[in-house]
Amino acid sequence: MTRDEVLNDLRARFAGDILDLVEKSPKRVYIEIRVESIRDVALFLFKDLGGRFNTASGVDGRSQMEILYHFTLEDINLLISLRVRLEKPNLEVESLAPLFEAANWVEREIHELLGINFKGHPDLRRLLLPDDWPRGVYPLRQDYREWDPEAIRDRGV
Amino acid sequence: MPRTIVPIGPYHPLQEEPEFFSLTVEGEKVVDIDVHIGYNHRGIEKLSEMKTFDQATFVVERICGICSTSHPLAFVQAVEDILPIEVPERAKYIRTIIAEGERVHSHLLWLGLAGHFLGYNTVYMWTWKLREEILDVMEILSGNRNNYGMFKPGGVRRDLKADDIPGVLKKIDSIVPTLEMLKKAIMDDPVLQARTKGIGILSREDAINYSALGPTARASGVARDVRKNCPYAAYDRVDWDMIVLQNGDVFDKLVLRVLETFESIKILKHCLTKLPPGEIDAKLTSIPPGEGIGQHEAPRGETFHYVRSDGTNRPTRHKVRAPTFMNLPTYKATIVGETLSDATIILAAIDPCYCCTERIAVRNATGMKLYNGEDLVKLSVEKTEKLRKQWGMK
Repeated sequence: MTRDEVLNDLRARFAGDILDLVEKSPKRVYIEIRVESIRDVALFLFKDLGGRFNTASGVDGRSQMEILYHFTLEDINLLISLRVRLEKPNLEVESLAPLFEAANWVEREIHELLGINFKGHPDLRRLLLPDDWPRGVYPLRQDYREWDPEAIRDRGV
Repeated sequence: MPRTIVPIGPYHPLQEEPEFFSLTVEGEKVVDIDVHIGYNHRGIEKLSEMKTFDQATFVVERICGICSTSHPLAFVQAVEDILPIEVPERAKYIRTIIAEGERVHSHLLWLGLAGHFLGYNTVYMWTWKLREEILDVMEILSGNRNNYGMFKPGGVRRDLKADDIPGVLKKIDSIVPTLEMLKKAIMDDPVLQARTKGIGILSREDAINYSALGPTARASGVARDVRKNCPYAAYDRVDWDMIVLQNGDVFDKLVLRVLETFESIKILKHCLTKLPPGEIDAKLTSIPPGEGIGQHEAPRGETFHYVRSDGTNRPTRHKVRAPTFMNLPTYKATIVGETLSDATIILAAIDPCYCCTERIAVRNATGMKLYNGEDLVKLSVEKTEKLRKQWGMK
C-alpha cells in the first residue's frame, strides 16, 4: 500500500474515532483520536499494518495531558503519531501492553513520571524512580515541586 | 525443584554501569528474570526543558559516552523537523561520517567486551587496539576522541579539512586487514561457537512483539534499520547493505556486528571521498511553535527524540527514547530456559547501555523556589499594582 492508500483506509475505517488528521510532511502524520479508541487504532497499526511501536510521549499541559503514540510504517517511510488528550483530573487510558509487549515499559515510565493510569496494564510497578520516592509525586509534571529537603541538588540548573 | 533467586547487581561485576537483575533459577536453569533499572538517573528530559535548543544539543550529547553522536543527531533532526527544513548537502555528509565512525568504534568496543565476558581476552585486546585507530580518526576529524560536539540544529558546527582526509582514509584502510583476520578468528573459533551458538535465541515474532531495535532485531531476521527504512543525512546517497541474519542467537548478534563494521567502513570511505563542497549550516534563526520527531540508527538501534516548541528558544517538552529501552525487556524472551552460566553473555548480547535508558527522574534544582508561568504572571500583576500605587496612578 502507498502512503495515500494507508491514510485513506485509516480515514474510512476509523471515521468515528479520528478527530483530526494532520499531514505535516511526507514522512510525518499526526492523528488525533478519541481516548476510547486507542486500543482499536493502535492494534490496527501494529498488527494489520505491521507498524513498529517507537514509543509514547506524554506531554503535560495546563488543563490536559496528551499522549502521543508513535508508530513507524517502515515499508512506506511514514511515522504516524496517534494523539489522545486526557482532561485533568481524569488521567486514565486503556493500556496497550496486553496487545504488544513493546508498550509495557513505555507505559510504566509514563505512569510513574506523569501519573497517568493505564487500565488493564499487567504490571504497573515502578521502573525508574527509587523505592523511597513518595506516592503521588510525579517529577515530569509542570507543577512538580521539590519534596525532599535533603536531596543532593544540581547547582547547574 | 526448589527455586532460588540469584541477584546480579546493582553493581555489576562485569559491566561498568549499574543495573539489577534478579534471576529466578531452578538448579542451573533460569526460569524467570526481573530487571530493575533506575540507578543511573540524571533527569535529562526535565533539564533539557530549561536549556535553549543550542544548549540542549550539548546536554543530550552527554546522555551517553559511547553514543555521543546518536542523541544529538536525533535531537537536531527533531528540531529541524519542527520547521521542517533541509540541511545543506555537505552537512549531511559530515553527519554521516561522524555517525558511522561512532558505529565502528562502538561495535568494536562491544566485540571486545563480549570476548572479555566469555573469557576470551585475546579478542578483547585485539579489538580495543583496532578501536584506538578509529578514535584517532575521530580526533583528527572533530577534535575529540569522544563527545564530538559536531552537531547543531541546521547543520554541523565544524567543517572537515581537505588536508586531513587522505590521512584519515589511510588510517581507515589500515584497520581492514586486522578486522578481516578478526572476523575469521571469530567465525571459525570452536570455543566461541560452543559458547554462543543456539544460546539466548530471540525469535522473529518476539523481536516484532517487543519492537526490538538495531542489531538485536536484525539478528532475528527483522530487516529494520532507520538508515534504510527512513533515510536521513546522506544514507540514501551511499551504496551499502543492511545486514540481516536469521537465527537470533548470541552468535548471530556477534557476527552481525562484525559484518556491520565493514559496511560502516564502506559508508565512511564513500562519504569521505565524495564529500560535496558548499555550506555546512542552514543558519536557523528561530524555531516556530510546533512539534518534531528525530530518528537516528545508533549502534544499538533507533534513537528517538520528540521535541515540542512553543516558539521560544527552549523546548517545552523533550522526550528521549534510547534503543536499549526497547531491547532490555527482550531478556524475558531470551534468558528464560537458559543456564545461569550463559546468562551473562545473553545479558550482554543486546549491547545494553544504561545511561541512555535511564535519563529521566528528577532530584530537583537549587533549593530556591522554582517559579512556573502562573507564579510569574501573579508576581508581575503584583509588581504592576505596587508601581501604580508608588507613582500615584489609578
